[in-house]
Amino acid sequence: MNVAVAKTGNGRAVSDLFTSAEGRLPGSPSVIAARREAFETYERLGLPHRRIEEWKYTDLRALVGEVLPLAANPDAAALKRAADAVKAHAIAGARKLVLVDGVFAADLSDVKALAAEAGFRTSRETLEKDAGLLTTAPTDAVISLNAAMATDGVVLDIADGAQLSAPIQIIHIATAASASAFTRSQVAVGKGARATIIESFVAAGAKAYQVNDAVIVSIGDNADVAHIRLMDDAPDAVNITSQFVTVGANVKFNVFNMTTGAAVSRLQGFFTLAGEGSELSVNGVNLLQKTEHGDTTLVVDHAVPNCVSREVFRAVIDDRAHSVFQGRIIVRPDAQKTDGKMMIRALLLSDEAEADNKPELEIFADDVSCGHGATAGALDDSLLFYLKARGLPEKQAQALLIQAFVGEAIEQIADDDLREHVIGIAERWLERRQ
Amino acid sequence: MPAVQETVERVKRIDVDQYRYGFETLIESDKAPKGLSEETVKFISEKKNEPAWMLQWRLEAYRRWLTMTEPTWARVDYPKIDFQDLYYYAAPKPKKTVSSLDEIDPEILKTYEKLGIPLREVAMLEGVEPKPGEEDPARRKIAVDAVFDSVSVATTFKAELKKAGVIFMPISEAIREHPELVQKYLGSVVPTSDNFYATLNSAVFSDGSFVYVPPGVRCPMELSTYFRINERNTGQFERTLIIADKGSYVSYLEGCTAPQRDENQLHAAVVELVAHDDAEIKYSTVQNWYPGNSEGKGGIYNFVTKRGDCRGDRSKISWTQVETGSAITWKYPSCILRGDNSSGEFYSIAISNGFQQVDSGTKMIHLGKNTSSRIISKGIAAGKSQNTYRGLVTAHRKATGARNFTACDSLLIGDKCGAHTVPYIEAKNSSATFEHEATTSKISEDVLFYCIQRGLSQEEAVGLVVNGFVKDVLQQLPMEFAVEAQKLISISLEGSVG
Repeated sequence: MNVAVAKTGNGRAVSDLFTSAEGRLPGSPSVIAARREAFETYERLGLPHRRIEEWKYTDLRALVGEVLPLAANPDAAALKRAADAVKAHAIAGARKLVLVDGVFAADLSDVKALAAEAGFRTSRETLEKDAGLLTTAPTDAVISLNAAMATDGVVLDIADGAQLSAPIQIIHIATAASASAFTRSQVAVGKGARATIIESFVAAGAKAYQVNDAVIVSIGDNADVAHIRLMDDAPDAVNITSQFVTVGANVKFNVFNMTTGAAVSRLQGFFTLAGEGSELSVNGVNLLQKTEHGDTTLVVDHAVPNCVSREVFRAVIDDRAHSVFQGRIIVRPDAQKTDGKMMIRALLLSDEAEADNKPELEIFADDVSCGHGATAGALDDSLLFYLKARGLPEKQAQALLIQAFVGEAIEQIADDDLREHVIGIAERWLERRQ
Repeated sequence: MPAVQETVERVKRIDVDQYRYGFETLIESDKAPKGLSEETVKFISEKKNEPAWMLQWRLEAYRRWLTMTEPTWARVDYPKIDFQDLYYYAAPKPKKTVSSLDEIDPEILKTYEKLGIPLREVAMLEGVEPKPGEEDPARRKIAVDAVFDSVSVATTFKAELKKAGVIFMPISEAIREHPELVQKYLGSVVPTSDNFYATLNSAVFSDGSFVYVPPGVRCPMELSTYFRINERNTGQFERTLIIADKGSYVSYLEGCTAPQRDENQLHAAVVELVAHDDAEIKYSTVQNWYPGNSEGKGGIYNFVTKRGDCRGDRSKISWTQVETGSAITWKYPSCILRGDNSSGEFYSIAISNGFQQVDSGTKMIHLGKNTSSRIISKGIAAGKSQNTYRGLVTAHRKATGARNFTACDSLLIGDKCGAHTVPYIEAKNSSATFEHEATTSKISEDVLFYCIQRGLSQEEAVGLVVNGFVKDVLQQLPMEFAVEAQKLISISLEGSVG
């Protein structure tokens, strides 16, 4: 039933999105041809809807309706607002790379300091010549749309053996209302390198905007990498992010995602363990309120033997919010001695909240240990009673229990400072709730 | 850790090559012309002497079926079925009107004897009634309805059941004798428009069992249906309808086998259960259709819709299934927990071997308040088979206090097979408590410690705990297969995956 929607709700033709943006999209004629092809794929499929299994619980046709036109290049006023937002959201000591409305802002970024330790280019520069960045496997309608429309991003090249002295923070800032930003970035970590990458999504006065981001990550053998994503977009924004990760041998990769914003968000991560002896830890917390819809969809593909994967996720759902978690662990026929575990717990704080969990296992090897668990429920009354009996007001008692609940996922972050930073975000969310 | 040797051997013993029920009974039969059309539907209805409303019901289903497309979402793979290349009705040719078991074609009786199905009420006629309190389980009374190809050939213990007020008869007879009950309940759980195969079944179902247990009656014996596909190129479409009125109880068992043949045969049944206030239905299946040979040739396509409706408060429906047969199994016995405080259970052991494909599981739909459900599923995949557990647990916004516990384990034997788990867990209110787990370590550590401390190995201890957990259900299986099933359940959980 993939009926292509030729027109959007406002009567705008879908193809206008591409034709009106075409002049602003970087790329030689051959890159533009690849973009057009990707857009045609998107046009044919339309926005994903509930009849597509992977999008069963996140029906973008119902939730989003239409894709907004490409945001204009940020003007001086926008960059001024963005500079303030950078100040507010920069992580102490990190080297910043700032994207404003999908366009790299060199003046706000620490390019020089970074250049000493890692190779850096913008996606715009890369795409002028080479369409390679636009190809990903797997792909779907929103990924195709991203390939067609991506205006910019960062391309990081961390050399073999490099030990980065400071984290790199990629900050996505939205300043334009009712517009879309499409970014596509690439991070290549060399053999034996050590790096921490942080991604932040924030708004600087923008409302009702849409973000569609794609990140392609490859990690060389023996590397030790942490990736933290903090998504705090405006409460009426849309954020769709796709991650494509390939992990080499004997790698330690620690991934964390925190969702505290956006009316509709979806983080889809495709992780492939392509080298033996690696440890992958993917964790996250979704804090949802009002009518927010937060979706985390992960595929962890054990393509080789002897890898360990761990997934710990927590969702706190208040008011009429809706949390979705879909996690799939695939163990290929040769991937013996795989150890994969996945645990997703949803905490429903309101009678109108909804949690949909779909933890999947797809196992083709016999000598493995894989498991998943999923729970959904309210706060434990007896624990609440215990705290209240000791004089804590209801809300405070709840906050304490919620903090402990999300703490189980947050404590997976290895870096002390970053962990404290994330705990701070959770605390502020809980304070706002009171 | 990989499966231990003992497990491997036990599963081998029920490998597809070891199929014991593959013989064919040579018997003349009466068949509907090949293919499916309104004429076929009318032919079946006429053969069954059905009233006009029934024919109308069938025709409506058939017309709707024409507008439907075959579902493809399950993780099973098979060549497209040519629905015009099937016989939709085959019945053993009657020699004359049958008034007692002695007049049934001896070939058929022999078939059931070979299968170990007690059609003659021998045990009861010969044996002395056991004294109360020392009932010998081997002599327990079981009423059997035997369905041979498309028709029911014999139903035993009718008189005794009648005394208790229980109606147990082929559904074709019930349509004639109890139209008010059939009209009220048929299609009320699985509507004719439900899904492709259920709609097909509604159009062409030929026979099946009908059970009605009146209010407050505890059915005095086990009820059982035995399905046998014998004819070539036939599809079997049976329809079972069980109604447990207020405060009643019934336990029902079905078993199935088919001859070894090279072509695939279609079995698309529909089972509907209705439990009123305080009623309980226990439904057990031992599914042992021909699974195809070791090259994956032949075998039954088992596409079945089974659903129970806990319509009344405090009602209970329990599904137990032991699945070892069929080339492809595609079924999800479900419970709609509509009544307040109602509960549903699903216990399943699915073993796939050779080239078998299993995509099975359950749906627990919590609609009433304080409803509870429990799902225990064990999948064992060997050979080149694919074994998928697919389950849905959902709590409606008004289903406050809903509780579910799910545990599904799978075990792989060999590196050519696959085991998959696809659970859907949807909580739509905060007082719903859902737990889904797939790790053996979740069995109470205390209990394990107790067993190990008394000298059992970890594996034996886990086996004992799991066995204890499902034992009361398995014991209800009155065939020799219960023994086999019990052995299977104690299969080591070592190396199991969620």
